[in-house]
Amino acid sequence: MSAAPEYKRADALASIEKVHTRPFPARLWAWRYIVLRRLTQFGILLLFFGTAHWGWEVAKDVPVLTGNLSASEFIGLIPMADPFAALQIFLAGHVLLAETLIGAAIVLGFYLLVGGRVFCAWVCPVNVVTDLAGWLRQRLPISALFSLSRGIRYFVLAAALILSVVTGVAAFEWVSPVGMMHREIIFGLGLGFLALAAIFLFDLLILKNGWCGHLCPLGAFYALVGKVAPIRVRFDKTTCTHCGECARVCPEPQVLNLKKLEEVGYVASGECSNCGRCSPLCPEGSLSFDLRALIRRHNAMDAVSK
Amino acid sequence: MSDKGVTRRDFLVKLAQGSALAATAGTLWAYMVKQEVRAHPFALRPPGALAEHDFNAACIKCGQCVNACPYDTLKLAGAGGDIPIGTPHFLPRDVPCYLCPDIPCMKACPTGALSPELKDINDSRMGLAVIDLENCLSWKGLRCEICHRECPLKGKAITLETHPREISKHAMFYPIVHSDACTGCGICEKACPTTEAAIRILPHRLVQGRIGEHYRLGWTFETEITQEFKPVLPAEPAPAEPPKTAPGMDYLNLGID
Repeated sequence: MSAAPEYKRADALASIEKVHTRPFPARLWAWRYIVLRRLTQFGILLLFFGTAHWGWEVAKDVPVLTGNLSASEFIGLIPMADPFAALQIFLAGHVLLAETLIGAAIVLGFYLLVGGRVFCAWVCPVNVVTDLAGWLRQRLPISALFSLSRGIRYFVLAAALILSVVTGVAAFEWVSPVGMMHREIIFGLGLGFLALAAIFLFDLLILKNGWCGHLCPLGAFYALVGKVAPIRVRFDKTTCTHCGECARVCPEPQVLNLKKLEEVGYVASGECSNCGRCSPLCPEGSLSFDLRALIRRHNAMDAVSK
Repeated sequence: MSDKGVTRRDFLVKLAQGSALAATAGTLWAYMVKQEVRAHPFALRPPGALAEHDFNAACIKCGQCVNACPYDTLKLAGAGGDIPIGTPHFLPRDVPCYLCPDIPCMKACPTGALSPELKDINDSRMGLAVIDLENCLSWKGLRCEICHRECPLKGKAITLETHPREISKHAMFYPIVHSDACTGCGICEKACPTTEAAIRILPHRLVQGRIGEHYRLGWTFETEITQEFKPVLPAEPAPAEPPKTAPGMDYLNLGID
């Protein structure tokens, strides 16, 4: 930085000041994506729950949304299936019915469009637990117990696939806290909440963003899927002051590598979950959701107008 | 350590550490999964379920069969319970399977863990009813026979046999289960009036024996006359003349003085 003082420390400090002196309505407004995410997370859960327990139907004998996140059917017409679960079951040696294959293709196609880890931030129920742990951790003086590479999740992903072949059952599905939480909310309680409590404490006291950001193989699977998605967080280098507020709130701060961002003009990593924490917070408006195809043009326009 | 990056030794040590970690974690994980899969041999599965191992491999744990069941028979197992995690099962004493003719649970299954090859619900084999002869009221000599009356396949899956007893006691009417027709729906278990059900559904492999190929139940089929079969010939006609060696006395007593 000292070599090329393009970014002044004073600018950055001014930006940080801006973030911390926002008026209350602006603070609330910055939470809009978090509110939307909770609405979709709980909304999806509610649709499953209402269909299972209150017999919600769109017409006579046409239930709204049956099943759970592993596999489901929407309005008796559209099958959906977790592509990672389907892959494991296939590797375990079971030939899947067309319904599961079509369902998995539909879900995979959807996340290829909107971003793989959109599942993590907008759908997965465990995210509510780990977000709470992350939020608390940011406010409590808890130092790191140890550090762990975030790449470890890809090894967990590989292990899940290998173990599916070895054990003859879908290895992650049999231990998945994501499945446990969703199932037990919809279909009745077991001891799955203990796994969630463990994840909460692990994230809070042992490793920040430990489960979602380091270990979860489903997240790793969707990170690979999300590499090619057209919806991306655009980065405008002309307005950015390098204040670092975005990385402070980001659960995957490695995706906000500023050097990389300046090069490509958007968050390229599939590990970004499009959660929408950074863009409403950015005091300079340098981060925003955009389509990959338009990003180059928009960035050029910003550079001109600056 | 040099600035140039990792030396060969570093690389090999890291490789060994990584492999050790992967092997340990992988073994633990596989052990957990295996342990869970064999958790409970008594799980009763919905109609059309594949054999237990194939079923465990194929079931995606989505619960659509549970949603589809109109009687709330099916439950999805929670974590830490007796039944393998997340899989559908039922407890007949709570709610039995009422054998819907359109088999909605099987139709809801997206993976084929509940096989679409099941066309007739009466061909389903969820388990087998087993009677505790010592505690069955009918077998004790009372007139109960509730299981027989409630059985959706009565006369086929459960038949009533009679056995006369001494004068002043009525005859015994006792139920017998036939595995060739019993679906394992558990309606009998639900209906059984004893404090603990005296008729219960158990998975076939826990109760059914197998006699082996070499036993021939001759009376169950017509015996064919084969090439090797030789009928017993009539006795030889008696010799025309008395034996020449016969000494004219009771030769049987020869040598006895």
